[in-house]
Amino acid sequence: MHVAHLSLVDYRSYARVEVPLEPGVTAFVGPNGQGKTNLVEAIGYLATLGSHRVASDAPLVRLGAERAYVRASIVREDGRSALAELEINPGKANRARINRSPATRPRDLLGLLRTVLFAPEDLALVKGDPGERRRFLDELLTARTPRLLGVRQDYDRVLKQRNTLLRTAALARRAGGGRSGALSTLDVWDEHLAAAGAELTYARLDLVAALQPLVDKAYDALSTGGGPIVLDYRSSMSEDPLPTDRAGIHAVLTSAIAAGRAAEVERGQTLVGPHRDDLVLRLGPLPAKGYASHGESWSYALALRLGSYELLRADGGEPVLVLDDVFAELDVTRRARLAEMVAHGEQVLVTAAVAEDVPPALAGARYDVAAGEVRRVEHE
Amino acid sequence: MYEGVVQDLIDELGRLPGVGPKSAQRIAFHLLAADPADVRRLVHALVEVKDKVRFCATCGNVAESEQCRICLDPRRDVAVICVVEESKDVVAIEKTREFRGRYHVLGGAISPIEGVGPDDLRIRELMTRLADGVVTELILATDPNLEGEATATYLARLCKPMGLRVTRLASGLPVGGDLEYADEVTLGRAFEGRRLLDV
Ligand SMILES: Nc1ncnc2c1ncn2[C@@H]1O[C@H](COP(=O)(O)OP(=O)(O)O)[C@@H](O)[C@H]1O
Ligand SMILES: [Mg+2]
Ligand SMILES: [Zn+2]
Repeated sequence: MHVAHLSLVDYRSYARVEVPLEPGVTAFVGPNGQGKTNLVEAIGYLATLGSHRVASDAPLVRLGAERAYVRASIVREDGRSALAELEINPGKANRARINRSPATRPRDLLGLLRTVLFAPEDLALVKGDPGERRRFLDELLTARTPRLLGVRQDYDRVLKQRNTLLRTAALARRAGGGRSGALSTLDVWDEHLAAAGAELTYARLDLVAALQPLVDKAYDALSTGGGPIVLDYRSSMSEDPLPTDRAGIHAVLTSAIAAGRAAEVERGQTLVGPHRDDLVLRLGPLPAKGYASHGESWSYALALRLGSYELLRADGGEPVLVLDDVFAELDVTRRARLAEMVAHGEQVLVTAAVAEDVPPALAGARYDVAAGEVRRVEHE
Repeated sequence: MYEGVVQDLIDELGRLPGVGPKSAQRIAFHLLAADPADVRRLVHALVEVKDKVRFCATCGNVAESEQCRICLDPRRDVAVICVVEESKDVVAIEKTREFRGRYHVLGGAISPIEGVGPDDLRIRELMTRLADGVVTELILATDPNLEGEATATYLARLCKPMGLRVTRLASGLPVGGDLEYADEVTLGRAFEGRRLLDV
């Protein structure tokens, strides 16, 4: 698929901008702080309903404006086009329209546009906290199976309810007595936590298994030796490997919740479940975090994205590739190899501070971005 | 702490569902700054609603006398009780004409975030109604969202030892939504296809 047109209203630094796009490579070039990332971030937001830079919506709306609009016309595999529109209302519900008719919920947009975004922030996938890797997995899950966004939201909600209950009970207990019945509904929340948690864990394990060989292959192509890559899902519910079926995972989570109850009541929070899991990235015999060199860490991060790209492609529906300012971070060899590997994507959007940062393999259309203006540069 | 009457108002407001100390303070100062006529209209509306509207002593539905129209209707099946969160859900289900039993209105759903536990709902009253063995089926028609599901699970576990048939509306209702927003046909179908709850 590819984006044929992007228009933004009151998004980030843009009061209004219209950007016609084509399949193949397009580079956005301009000095820092001119609005290059803002453009590709908006495309990513339409695809994932989240920004790769911020967790909340408020920074996405132009200073002084009340809401932002992101609109993209998408040309799909079958040649049909779809118009996806999103109104971003910080603090309130966002609204989506598909082909000009209102969608029931923004999440109906998922699946219409798929992107794989590479960004300098990706290094945190390797070097950062477990939360970064959980988010990576969950975003890819949702891109593959939009239904799972509902499961994720359910899980987050149960967790919030359950943590509130535990915290209230812990406070009451410390104050001496308090409401005796505060924990009478804990069993019920346990049950719902186990149901949503098992579903989410099952989906993540399934994803990791599918992703592993693709990431390994990409890592091999990017660097010289050092592998193999092993993606090792570490669950908070058990030291042992988890069962591979839903019912088995559900049983393990249920008993882990029961076994941990005393500690959870004491601490006033939920200590087991997919919100406490990690994806340990192994490089040969060692974990990449803490052991891999800077260059190896970059190769690993890129390999995770390239693996995601291959996985989504294999599902059908070639995603739009977005490379936000990554070439400047890489050495000459990695630059060239990455460029070669993405050059034939249906649509590749690249941002760079200077034209020289864009590898020759990615020659294509070019826009200059300066002071909120996006101007097409005709080739001489 | 504020001067006497202001603090009294904040305390009273703070006892309302979903109103924390911060909101109570905000509402109190809004009222202090408001036009006296607006405040008098609010007072009037509060007094009127207390004078004119009552809740059925049996089921908790909105009523004009001691009991509601449905509890007073001898043609309704006394062996089946449908449990809902709010009176407005009774209205939605009545429109489907699928249900001939009686209701029990809980007054909300279990939600620790909003400070609502089982003791804040009309669950004790429900247990009293079930005690004499006349009721044989309990239909749990709480909202198809997480809090509604959790409330249904809680009730199902509580009633299990009583040997009742406990059922839940069939899925197909818009998940994450409110019962009152489901259309009549969908809600009617959900009633017909209700499933036995296994806890
Ligand atoms: N909500 C906003 N309102 C106005 N300007 C914003 C907003 N968010 C970011 N900006 C501006 O956008 C610029 C950053 O744009 P960005 O796309 O990240 O730059 P780059 O071209 O380096 O990728 C900064 O100058 C920042 O002040
Ligand atoms: Mg940038
Ligand atoms: Zn009644």
